[in-house]
Amino acid sequence: MTTAAPPTAAQSRASRNRARLLRTMLPALSMALILLAIAWLNPRAISYFGFSLMLNLAIPIALATIAQMFVITINELDLSIGTFVGFVGCVTATWLHDAPLLGALVLLASIGVYAGLGALIHLRNLPSIVVTLGMSFVWQGLAILLLPKPGGSAPDWLKGFMGLKVPFVPFPIVAAVVIALVVHFALMRSAYGTVLRGAGGNPQAIGRAGWSLLKTKVVMFAMTGLFGVISGMALIGITTSADANIGNGYTLLSIAGVILGGGEFVGGRVSPIGAVIGALTLALAASPLLTFMSIPPDWQVAANGVILISVLAARALISRKGA
Amino acid sequence: MPSFAKLFATPWIWSFLGALLVWLAAVIFTGGHGAGGMITAALSLAVFTVIVGLGQMFVVTLGPGNVDLSLPANIGLASAVAMKTMDGQDSLIALGLLAALACGVVIGLANYALIRVLRIPPIIATLSSSFIILSTDIHYGRGLQIKPPESFADFANVQILGFPILGLFGVALAVVAWAGLQRMVYGRSVLAIGQNMRAAKLAGIPVERVRMLTYTLSGALGGINGALLAGYFRGASVDIGNEYLLSSIAVVVIGGTSVAGGKANVPGIWGASLFLVLLLTMLNTFGVSAGLRLLLTGLIIVGVITAAGGHKTGR
Repeated sequence: MTTAAPPTAAQSRASRNRARLLRTMLPALSMALILLAIAWLNPRAISYFGFSLMLNLAIPIALATIAQMFVITINELDLSIGTFVGFVGCVTATWLHDAPLLGALVLLASIGVYAGLGALIHLRNLPSIVVTLGMSFVWQGLAILLLPKPGGSAPDWLKGFMGLKVPFVPFPIVAAVVIALVVHFALMRSAYGTVLRGAGGNPQAIGRAGWSLLKTKVVMFAMTGLFGVISGMALIGITTSADANIGNGYTLLSIAGVILGGGEFVGGRVSPIGAVIGALTLALAASPLLTFMSIPPDWQVAANGVILISVLAARALISRKGA
Repeated sequence: MPSFAKLFATPWIWSFLGALLVWLAAVIFTGGHGAGGMITAALSLAVFTVIVGLGQMFVVTLGPGNVDLSLPANIGLASAVAMKTMDGQDSLIALGLLAALACGVVIGLANYALIRVLRIPPIIATLSSSFIILSTDIHYGRGLQIKPPESFADFANVQILGFPILGLFGVALAVVAWAGLQRMVYGRSVLAIGQNMRAAKLAGIPVERVRMLTYTLSGALGGINGALLAGYFRGASVDIGNEYLLSSIAVVVIGGTSVAGGKANVPGIWGASLFLVLLLTMLNTFGVSAGLRLLLTGLIIVGVITAAGGHKTGR
């Protein structure tokens, strides 16, 4: 650069704010880009019916992404969320259908297991990656024991709920907005939500201020369990039957969704609205867009990788300019 | 001579004890039948985990957040590349191994480039690259039943006095890795970076070059592993490397390497790999179902990690 005068403080602050705004908007922008591509390739897809179809499976993915976001907020990672969703799916399609009380108890207990994991990881100072990797075997094993062959059937009320028809706006979009807003207000706007995020940003400070770090871990892992349960139930409500491997892909999708949505692995910097948008982007990009672009199925997984890399590249560019 | 107290204070001894324990349990169950065969089979199978475990160990030692999630996809692609290059001909074996190695090196370099250029956490970088590698593999190896040349497959199964030749290779590799870690500038640099990246940089260690080397090393080991696996199991496949995502990370941690970085342990990788393989052998001899086997494996891994405990350094 040849400019002689250094930028004034106000100027640099303005440019920093612009970069920050751009960064916040990035998840929405990438989704808009994907939607534009879809509209261009197949205008008929942009309709009530088209969105209902395209976003059909987006809701369980968004819920699993939110579940992952809770643990990422406190600098942990859950590599078992995919098999957990599968386990919940198997419970939903068998016990919750045949013996609702037992099914509900098992699901509640599994949330308790998550809370216990949070306590274990905190008290023994364990790496969450390894503990949850081990747990992914546990959930998958349980799912296979429960449902050795694909089958079972969803409770009718669940099928009815997931098949809900809302006038004008497709149900998946309504559900996505509700999920994003509820979690946004709970985590970003409430007093205890701030403490929870603080436990990821500066645990020492939160501890010295008198908050129990153990409790924050337990609460966040329990929330992950809760949203994992809802995700598994929503998934079975859509597919109507289960398979022990049904959720396996969700682990990586959920991590990718959180990061696409502007979240970071450390420091308690996450965005619930961004995470939901990130999940929808991945869901849209995963199959509808690729089908319209007639990309062979071989390369569909790669497309997720490319989208992830491009968004992160854009983010790196913006951050460098803003720095 | 080290005293017993000192021996038991070393973190890796526990993984070997664990391996011995599950082996004894299996042997007692079978009434002593196939005790030797079990060890021979375990030595062969453990080598594959050792190879990727060593790569993962160097990566993890670089410090918090460093992990290579692209290993399974890498192994899958390299297995296909090796088998296609060998084309079932004995004369092309060396070329095939080289091709698998080159494939792994390219993947490692690409991983590092993503981390460096995009400044993203290694977890996400290696995750996104694994998506692309997986697709490449599906496209490249689809619809082909690729078999290894006969002599390569035989070689991978050769035993010397009941000791599999692959096991010898694994031991040799571990010795080299130990020397590289403890006696070479490279290994000391990796440890230094893991302990404190800023201090390492100020001390004049070429941090970025060491990180690049480490990710490349992990990729290269993944590539070699892919070729050997395809030889051992007589064929390449897309999901041949799937189980190595968990096991490569698990052996690093069970073997006494710190997830917080800066502290690595080579013998522990062998102990932990034997432990995992013998654990599966034991559960198989007990005749438990697939679901129960997964459940018990998971519980035992979580149990071992809990017993081994974390280190006070945190993430």
